[in-house]
Amino acid sequence: MTTLSGYSRRKMTKPDTYSREDAGQPASLHPAYASTVLRSPRQPLVRIPQTLTETTGPRDWDRLMGGAMADLTTQHAAMPQGQRIIVSGRVLDEQGHPVPHTVVEIWQANAAGRYIHAKDQWDAPLDPNFTGAGRVITDGEGRYRFVSVRPGAYPWGNHYNAWRPAHIHLSLLGPAFATRLVTQMYFPDDPLIEIDPIANAVPMPQRQRMVSRFDIATTQPNWALGYLFDIVLRGSLATPMEQR
Amino acid sequence: MADNQSSELFGQTPSQTVGPFFHYGLPWKGGADLVGATDIGARPDLMPEDHYLLAQPHATVTEPVETITIEGVVVDGQGVPTPDVMVEIWQADPTGRYAGESNSGFIGFGRSSTSEAGVYRFVTVKPGAVMDSDGMIQAPHIAFSILGRGMLKRLVTRLYFDGDVANESDPILGLVPHARRDTLIAKARDGVWRFDIVLQGDRETVFFDI
Repeated sequence: MTTLSGYSRRKMTKPDTYSREDAGQPASLHPAYASTVLRSPRQPLVRIPQTLTETTGPRDWDRLMGGAMADLTTQHAAMPQGQRIIVSGRVLDEQGHPVPHTVVEIWQANAAGRYIHAKDQWDAPLDPNFTGAGRVITDGEGRYRFVSVRPGAYPWGNHYNAWRPAHIHLSLLGPAFATRLVTQMYFPDDPLIEIDPIANAVPMPQRQRMVSRFDIATTQPNWALGYLFDIVLRGSLATPMEQR
Repeated sequence: MADNQSSELFGQTPSQTVGPFFHYGLPWKGGADLVGATDIGARPDLMPEDHYLLAQPHATVTEPVETITIEGVVVDGQGVPTPDVMVEIWQADPTGRYAGESNSGFIGFGRSSTSEAGVYRFVTVKPGAVMDSDGMIQAPHIAFSILGRGMLKRLVTRLYFDGDVANESDPILGLVPHARRDTLIAKARDGVWRFDIVLQGDRETVFFDI
């Protein structure tokens, strides 16, 4: 057993393959977002080295999930209601290197702020022509692009007169188990962001990383407004050689 | 004001909750069956039929394999089951190799939404012991991510198999305080590997900083 514990200590000093969380990541407990109070651990996390389990990750996305669904406005018989938008950007690592051929899954409310979900019961219309689910794969330079409609804001029960800012949910796995990320993209100049407890679980200025930018070059004439949103995943760290 | 495109803000995109309405966007039919024999994992009951756009089940392993079932309830700090949580797993194949290291065709990734009773379930194969490039051996284990409403970032844990002698020398279990190790050990009961996840409180599951 002495050999084993000595070995474990040695492993803990091995450099990580992927960087750890930075100061802009939220804590699990953020009491202003009431649901976190009973759903966040009270014991400290146990820090472990990044083994093969953490530094590998799933591939074969199309085998698992099916092909891309990059246009959310053409999934039903007619065009959905609302402001048509293009969202595009790049998936990068912390050195600014692209993350190619990785899946980006998205889901969102419709233009009225209503989700096509049995448990979303607030009084805004459903749109039979809009589901709000999509999936894109980044290209060789880490770029992605999808077409949708701008989601509406909606009320929720967290506190009196609580409204979520308009947002699109994004889910990424990246190259490894360690790089898993689920985030939300917000829209510029939305007054609800600064009074939203979910967005505000992220400290400033890092909260602003989640606010997309309107871009006239991405906007298509007579068709759709364009927004830019880059997603930065953990890692990669410099190689051990570079660190020396 | 600075935004996503501001170079002075460049860095990790912050994590946010999946919220309560992820079911039509993430967990596809068959996502919780890593050998492709059933359509478990999704909750198509939570959306109109013509708004289910996610993948349909298909076989991912062509040869007959011995499967195992893993099942558990996810509970909050008051012991209440959580009906709006998603569990993901990542594991090696029976020879201890991750996808990309072998040609077995086994992808090793699965996704299960919890039921109204807070229960998740996977059908998969038992992973083998894993050897790292430096020779470190890990006992058979499955990496778990827990995401859900009220969870601003995923929680990471691991499942180990009760009775496996390799658990005694596993370098990661060895980092867990002895009194809490049991929260990471699935127990065989009625042919199912039972692995409950306690988000908070007595017998709180050990979660890892990776």
